Amino acid sequence: MEATTSKKLSNRSRFNLGSIASMLVAVVVGAFIVWRVGLVITTKHYPMSLWGLQLANGLVLGGVYALLALGYTLVYGILFMINFAHGDVMMIGAYAGFFSLQWLKSQGLVETQPVFSLLFVLFVGMIVAMIVGIVLERLAYRPLRHAPRLVPLISAIGASIFLEQAALRIFGPKLRVYTKPPLIQGGWDIGSTGIFVTRTGVLIMVMSLLMMIGLYVMIQYTKVGKAMRAVAEDQQTAALMGVDVDQVIVFTFALGSFLGGAAGVMLGFHNGQVDFMVGFIPGLKAFTAAVLGGIGNVPGAMFGGVFLGLAESLGPTALGIPSQYKDVIAFSLLVLVLIFRPTGLLGEILSEKKA
Amino acid sequence: MALLEANGVVKQFGGLIAVNNVVFSIEKGMIASLIGPNGAGKTTFFNIITGFYQPTSGDIIFDGQSLVGLSTDRITARGVSRTFQNIRLFANMSALENVLVGEHCHLRSGVVGAILHTPGTMREEAQAEARAHELLDFVGLRNRADELAKNLPYGDQRRLEIARALATEPKLLLLDEPSAGMNPIETEDLTQFIRRLRDELDLTILLIEHHMRVVMNISDRVSVMDLGELIAEGAPEEIQQNQRVIEAYLGTGGDEMLGAE
Repeated sequence: MEATTSKKLSNRSRFNLGSIASMLVAVVVGAFIVWRVGLVITTKHYPMSLWGLQLANGLVLGGVYALLALGYTLVYGILFMINFAHGDVMMIGAYAGFFSLQWLKSQGLVETQPVFSLLFVLFVGMIVAMIVGIVLERLAYRPLRHAPRLVPLISAIGASIFLEQAALRIFGPKLRVYTKPPLIQGGWDIGSTGIFVTRTGVLIMVMSLLMMIGLYVMIQYTKVGKAMRAVAEDQQTAALMGVDVDQVIVFTFALGSFLGGAAGVMLGFHNGQVDFMVGFIPGLKAFTAAVLGGIGNVPGAMFGGVFLGLAESLGPTALGIPSQYKDVIAFSLLVLVLIFRPTGLLGEILSEKKA
Repeated sequence: MALLEANGVVKQFGGLIAVNNVVFSIEKGMIASLIGPNGAGKTTFFNIITGFYQPTSGDIIFDGQSLVGLSTDRITARGVSRTFQNIRLFANMSALENVLVGEHCHLRSGVVGAILHTPGTMREEAQAEARAHELLDFVGLRNRADELAKNLPYGDQRRLEIARALATEPKLLLLDEPSAGMNPIETEDLTQFIRRLRDELDLTILLIEHHMRVVMNISDRVSVMDLGELIAEGAPEEIQQNQRVIEAYLGTGGDEMLGAE
C-alpha cells in the first residue's frame, strides 16, 4: 500500500514546478549552444591547427584538474566532507617546488642533472604538500570527526583562508617566476598539422596519467586500497574487521595531498608563475571536476578533470566567445550537472550506500 | 577460565538505561545464547563488547585483559569478531575482497611494500588470497568469490558475513540473529554450521537469537535479558521452565512458546 502511494507521488512530482523549470533551463542552454556552435561553424572557418592546439591545451589542463580532483574525491569518499583547503595545499606544494628549483639552480644542478632536478622538484612539492595535508587533517578536521557535516566544511574554508594568508605573509604578495628547466622548454610540432605541443604539456599529461593509473591500481588491488574502500563503505564495520580507521583517513589525506602537490608543481611549470592565490581558482575548478564525474568516485574525478579541461579550452572557441569566459563555462557546467545529474556523470560508486 | 567476563556493565543513553549492571561470563569452547524480547539491550551489549559503545560503567574482560577503552580495531585484533542483525557487508566489493578486508589486521606488509611489489608482500598477498578462498569454501561460497556482495542472495550474504568475521581469526565469535529471515531448512543448516564452527575451528560462540528451536538445540547455556537486565541464566531446559523468562516474553500465562516443540 505504502509503496503504491509513494509511486503515485513520484509520478506526480515529475510534473511539478521544479522539473518544468529545469526542463526550461535545458531547452534554453541547448538552444544557446546549438545557435553559437552553428554560427561558429558557418561563419568562422577556424583552421584545424587551432582546434588541435586547444585540444592539446585542454588535455594538459585536464590532467592537472584530474590530479587535483582526486584529492577532493578521495577525501569525500571516506569522510563525506569537501576539503576546500585542498587547492591551497596544492599552492603550498607549488611554492615548495619553486624554492627547491631555486636551490637547485643556485647549486648549478639544473644544467648538470636535468632529469634528477626535475624529479627532485616534483618530489619536494609532493612531499611538502603531503605533510601539510596530514597536519591539516590532524588539526582542523580530526577534532570535528563526529560533528555535524557542516562543521568540518566551515573548518575547511577557514583552513583555506589560513593557508592563503600564511603564504601571503611568509612568501610575500609578489609573483614568483617559475623558470622551466631546459629539459622541458620548447616543444614539438606534430607533423605538418601546425599543432604545437609543449614539452611541459607532454610531461604533465604523461605524469598525471601515470599517477592516475598508479592510484587506481593501488585502490583496487592493494591491502591499503581495500581498507580505504572498506572504510568508505562502512567505517564501523571496517574497524570491526581490524582496520585502523584513523590510519586510513590519514593515509587518504596524505595520498590526496601528494597528488595535489604534483598538480601544484605541474601547474607552476605550465603557468610559469606562482603566488599565494594560485590554488584558489584551480581548487574550485577541481572541485567542479570532481562533482562532474561524481564526487566520491575515483574514475569519475579523472574523467571529470579531463572533461572540464577540454570544455574550458575548446568551449570558448566552439561557442565563438572570448576565452576569458572559460570560467563561466566551467561553473555553468557545475550548475547544470547539479540540476540534471546531481550524482555526477559517472555516478557515485565508492560510497553508494551512505550518499 | 572464562574467555569473556562482563562485570557490572552499564550503558546509559541519556535517561535510558539500555544495559543495566550485567554480570556475565562465557567459558572457552562454549556456545552461549543471549535471548530476550526486542529492546532488551542484547545488541547494545554486543556493541559494548566490540567497542562501538563505551560502557557507562563496569568492565569487560576478554582473555584476561580489559577491553574497555580500546578502539574497535584493537578489540578485533585481540580476537573478537561479530556479524550483524541487518547484514553489513561491503556491498560494492566482491565476496573475496570482503574476506580479504577481514584478514587485514593479520597482514604485516605496509604501503611501501605494496607499491614496490616486494617479494615478501607478494607472498603475503598470495597467502591471504589462498586463505580467503579456503574460508569461502568453508561457508559454501566456493563459486561466488568474484561476485559483488550486494548481488549475492540473502542466505549467501549471511554466510559471507560469517566468513568475513572468521577471517579476522577470532577466538570469540558474536552472531547477531544469524537465522533472521531464514526458512526452516536454512535454519537447520545454520544450526549444524554453528556447531561445526565450534568443533572444527575451536571457537567460542555467543549468539543473539529469536529462533527458539536454534537456541534450545545448540546452546550450552542460555542467558535471558529483559529491559537491560540479565534476568535468568542456565541450561536450555532450565530456561524453558523459568517463570520469569516466560513472563518477560509473553506476559503472564503464555508458556507454550518457550515450551517443548
